[in-house]
Amino acid sequence: MYVAVKGGERAIENAHALLADIRRGDRDVPALSLAQITNQLALGVDRVMCEGSLYDRDLAALAIKQARGDLIEAIFLLRAYRTTLPRFGTSEPLKTAAMDIRRRISATFKDLPGGQVLGPTFDYTHRLLDHDLTEERDVAPAPTATTDNQPFRSVSELLADDALIECETNVEGEPRDLTRGPLSFPANRDLRLQNLARGDEGFLLALAYSTQRGYGRNHPFAGEIRYGEIEVELFAEEVGFAVPLGPVMLTECQMVNQFVGSVTEAPRFTRGYGLAFGQSERKAMSIALVDRALRARELGEVTGAPAQDEEFVLSHSDNVQATGFVEHLKLPHYVDFQSELGLLRQLRAEFSARTTSDTDPVLRDAAE
Amino acid sequence: MTTPGYNFAYLDEQTKRMIRRAILKAIAIPGYQVPFASREMPMPYGWGTGGVQLTASILGPDDVLKVIDQGSDDTTNAVSIRKFFVKTAGVRTTTVTSEATVVQTRHRIPETPLTEQQILVYQVPIPEPLRFLEPRETEQRRMHALSEYGLMHVKLYEDIARHGHIATTYAYPVKVDSRYVMDPSPIPKFDNPKLNDCAALQLFGAGREKRIYAIPPYTQVVSLDFEDHPFEPYRQDAACALCQATDSYLDEVITDDRGTRMFVCSDTDFCEMRRANGPDKVAVEHANVTRE
Repeated sequence: MYVAVKGGERAIENAHALLADIRRGDRDVPALSLAQITNQLALGVDRVMCEGSLYDRDLAALAIKQARGDLIEAIFLLRAYRTTLPRFGTSEPLKTAAMDIRRRISATFKDLPGGQVLGPTFDYTHRLLDHDLTEERDVAPAPTATTDNQPFRSVSELLADDALIECETNVEGEPRDLTRGPLSFPANRDLRLQNLARGDEGFLLALAYSTQRGYGRNHPFAGEIRYGEIEVELFAEEVGFAVPLGPVMLTECQMVNQFVGSVTEAPRFTRGYGLAFGQSERKAMSIALVDRALRARELGEVTGAPAQDEEFVLSHSDNVQATGFVEHLKLPHYVDFQSELGLLRQLRAEFSARTTSDTDPVLRDAAE
Repeated sequence: MTTPGYNFAYLDEQTKRMIRRAILKAIAIPGYQVPFASREMPMPYGWGTGGVQLTASILGPDDVLKVIDQGSDDTTNAVSIRKFFVKTAGVRTTTVTSEATVVQTRHRIPETPLTEQQILVYQVPIPEPLRFLEPRETEQRRMHALSEYGLMHVKLYEDIARHGHIATTYAYPVKVDSRYVMDPSPIPKFDNPKLNDCAALQLFGAGREKRIYAIPPYTQVVSLDFEDHPFEPYRQDAACALCQATDSYLDEVITDDRGTRMFVCSDTDFCEMRRANGPDKVAVEHANVTRE
């Protein structure tokens, strides 16, 4: 006999208790400390901060621990925390040219002011599992060298000296913020870049890849990728100048793309731009490629590829939204399903009444 | 008892004011989708964040809240949302429809008629009735602005041509106050007539899609149809196995592995009330059943 579904509340509490238990796992294994996560899973922390839109290594580490290593769940935790925080103001624009460089490479010039600085990267490693890491071993500190203090001018600036690349134009007023206002279309580049910076790395990677395979090709060169530390400043009305708030680690990617020109305008390269928290090169490069693809209409190019479709890209890039809606299919839908079931049964009943009452209409048509 | 560190009903007052402004605009233009700066909530998008933000913005300390999902107070997500407001707002909650001042719902309208003292808050997954006919928002906005709803009628007509019936059984499109075509959220079309001329204010919130819309009290809401194919609310040809109601929307429950099934009210409060209020009312319904 059917008993009305009761006890949901107890079931939920028990499920939460089980989750807490299983999250901790075997009690004989030491619990992860946040310091271990921020230090040794630093790139995971970077991704969570970037897509969670909150620069706080400790909170991101806490989110990763609480989410059992599920980064999208961790991003969600950070976002839900962030949304309640008060806003004090808008920082001064970051001067990425003044970045304290940890890594800077260019694929367009063999050498350039400041040089190529490889920094900590997987790029040239052989992807062989290092069984030495199975056990804890001492790691010797990396060798260091003194810097020649030569500033790292950005590749785009160098190209701009000869007017070989388009100039970015300043947008008047404060940039818009899609976490404070609804996103509407067409969206300007400030909102697009914000959306992409918060967007899912995997989604943007796939879109960026699609442009390389011909779905909205834009002939990119990695003009420059730089990663390092930069000071965030806030203009304080009370004292009349910008005060430092603290440093953040950032990855910036400047793509140099196919040139445009016209009868009245000399041809020049165009740009795609990507900026991400932490060391997130795959993400920054993907943003830059998709940013450039989304400028297709503005630059008068043929559109139609998925990566060039602003509504498609911006509406589906957010993994917190996407995972919520995909996973909401787990919620009960028996009311709507019952409606569908009712109609389907009616249609089937009508179908069988039709087929038993007279001959197949197709055959009848043929006979006539 | 509310959780320290969070404002009453979770959202900060600034956000509530922003949402209330959107609500007022929505009430002023019945059926029109007002964009709003939806916040990230501590529950997933698609799980009622729009409804939760509406409820958080209209809730006062004296309100009595009821939360239902699929008509039931005891489904997991309804429990979760109710607990959220108990924790963050400390408001009184109820499962009795007539006791509630605010009812947050997913996919159903309560069977018990609502009053002027009540607000019904719907959780909306896809607010745009034209979405699956034209996915582009810029285009949808233009169609709404020009009342260009021909495409919707063509879709309904094609249903009839193909199946002999309009094949939309839930989230059945309506026209509000003779102006905007609106998605009533995925309520079964059985509930559509309750939208019309309803005494309570009806608010619709789509968090992920960042839209709020409303049906003010006593507003005309018409389900789209054709003269020769009038709108028909669907109801299972059965009575509730628990309370014998013949006028409520029913859930089908499979009771064993041999396909035995029974039908019970989807609105659990309605069903329990009928059973608690003694055999009198049930007997009346019984008489109706036997007459048929």
